Amino acid sequence: MTTDLKHAEPFIRISKRGVPFPVWKAMSIRALALLAALVLCAVIIFAIVKLNPLKVYVAMFEGAFGTNKRMWVTIRDMMMLLCIALGLAPAFKMRFWNIGAEGQILLGGIASAFCMIHLSGYLSTLPMMLLMFVLSIVAGGIWGLIPGVFKAKWGTNETLFTLMMNYIAIQLTAYFVALWENPIGSNTVGVSNARTKIGWFPELFGQAYALNVILVLVLTVLMFIYLRYSKQGYEIAVVGESLNTARYAAMNVPKVIMRTTFISGAVCGIAGFLAVSGASHTISTSTAGGRGFTAIIVAWLAKFNPFAMILISALLIFLDKGAIEIASRYNLNNHVSNMLMGIILFFVMGSEFFIDYQVKFRSGKQKEVQACRN
Amino acid sequence: MSELIALLQAGIMFGTVILYGSTGETLAEKAGNLNLGVPGIMYLGGIVGLMGVFFYEMNNPEPNKLLCIIIAMTCAFLAAVLGGLIFSFLTITLRTNQIVTGLALTIFAGGFANFFGGSLNRLAGGVGQISVATTSAAFRASLPFAKDLPPVLAMLLGFGFMVYLAVAVALFVDWFINRTSIGLNLRAVGENPGTADAAGIKVMLYKYLATCIGAGISGLGGLFYVMDYTKGTWDSDGGIERLGWLAVALVIFSGWKPRKGIWGAYLFGMLFWLFFYIPDLTRRSMELFKMLPYLVTIIVLVVVSMRRRRENEPPAGLGIPYFREER
Repeated sequence: MTTDLKHAEPFIRISKRGVPFPVWKAMSIRALALLAALVLCAVIIFAIVKLNPLKVYVAMFEGAFGTNKRMWVTIRDMMMLLCIALGLAPAFKMRFWNIGAEGQILLGGIASAFCMIHLSGYLSTLPMMLLMFVLSIVAGGIWGLIPGVFKAKWGTNETLFTLMMNYIAIQLTAYFVALWENPIGSNTVGVSNARTKIGWFPELFGQAYALNVILVLVLTVLMFIYLRYSKQGYEIAVVGESLNTARYAAMNVPKVIMRTTFISGAVCGIAGFLAVSGASHTISTSTAGGRGFTAIIVAWLAKFNPFAMILISALLIFLDKGAIEIASRYNLNNHVSNMLMGIILFFVMGSEFFIDYQVKFRSGKQKEVQACRN
Repeated sequence: MSELIALLQAGIMFGTVILYGSTGETLAEKAGNLNLGVPGIMYLGGIVGLMGVFFYEMNNPEPNKLLCIIIAMTCAFLAAVLGGLIFSFLTITLRTNQIVTGLALTIFAGGFANFFGGSLNRLAGGVGQISVATTSAAFRASLPFAKDLPPVLAMLLGFGFMVYLAVAVALFVDWFINRTSIGLNLRAVGENPGTADAAGIKVMLYKYLATCIGAGISGLGGLFYVMDYTKGTWDSDGGIERLGWLAVALVIFSGWKPRKGIWGAYLFGMLFWLFFYIPDLTRRSMELFKMLPYLVTIIVLVVVSMRRRRENEPPAGLGIPYFREER
């Protein structure tokens, strides 16, 4: 009997957690994973630059928040990443894998740059801002809607569709860069309206980037309400969880898909508006710069909660700025920040397993219990 | 005529990179694992293969060509398998979402590869960019008599050995998946892991092996890119990543059949280089022409989804983590 039991129970047993897991325990598991990742990152940085890991993080902190200007650039970039993540949240919540944020950002950026370059003599600040805002929403939204339409009508694979739309957007941007080239032969657009500052975000409270913060934070609250309390947000959740349930509940699934992909693209278009009008005042093929991919992870790790996204994008941007600082101090290239970001993502994503599942090791006690039962 | 041959040649070079990528990815997807980390895995294969021979060439004034090739291929394959192992552990054992994990892997590996590609030489105390001339020449060596043949044959036989290896691997994987009993088991795992498990197939083992070996094959694509395509240097403008995504697209284009992927890959390659062979293009219209491979991919995706033929459907269990107790 006992010999049988030895084989009856595997060494490791995994089961889904039955009772809801307390929030503080889940948070502490995530915090532990993050800590482990940061330790590993410190070890890697140490191996490369032979610098005391604690000093590394001090240097990273200086890189991100060292001066007033740096702090505002960090905040600006954080808002940008947050904005993209906000855009991706509804699509991903619907299980529509929108990998095309890069392209949607670029289209929003192209629309804004178009206004800055071609309409700068005709409009005053406020109507100009509004027009750029609306046009970037439309441009980004349409770029998001195209794969959405095909997904809704024919179930076309949206992962690759949106991805390919990125490259088409990149080529389109390259086309416009060649068209708007300034000075000619430089293959860049150059800072537009540097003297008149037409189409630039106006300074608020003496801060150039205050408007970015206000705009994105308002968007954060709106997205939270939209996803949590609106009828459309509920439809998104149902379509994401189960298509059949949505159909059974007589939801117009194609309509929900198309509407959501438009909204998703539109918010990413706003991010393009932020990047062009509120930050760089120019456009290039690297205006999106891979942030459309990073934002997916932000949205995913935050479980589509806009307020959690604030924290996660702050963490990722801090790491990014910090790693760039380390790289420039030691004359290395700043791709190291992506490497560190990847490690952190692996750990935090892996830790979700220990929140959702229970891992039990074989123990003597349990055997006794089973033996009694038998 | 000579331009057409040149275009075909450029297309085959380009196609070979994505053929490795898509063959490996097909193997993983047949086991139900949608690995969007392919660009990252190709990055890993490329950079680690390059690093391996870089150190070998640095420490040996007269490197042995055969050894160069063996070192490069072993390093690339193992690094890519390691990348696949990270993906497998996260998605198969820890059941994370495959799409997000794949993207994370691509971010990580892209950072890793571009970091070392850009600063390896400086870290090793050298100046300027990394370059492995001897190994690259060994990879690009063609048959000695190929040059004397008529132009078409000279082109077809004039590639480095990895071009032909890619075709062989694609045909082998195709045969393995469709004509062997292990391949049948593999397909069962990808279609319905629950049923496969009940039939006594070790689902986890199949998933792990298919994903890791598939990653290894994809990694060779990265190595080919570095050694043949860019001639033994590192280009950090994200070339591998673009090709990696096209490799993922090629899997769908080929309908999960590597033998169809062969000509698909060459077609993609020719579309990619077409702008170069059309006379009198301005730079603006050139940029628009470069959209072509991506536009064609989209058209293919749409047509495939409209026709809905049964043999072109993805494995039914693609992208879904398997948990035995959940059915």
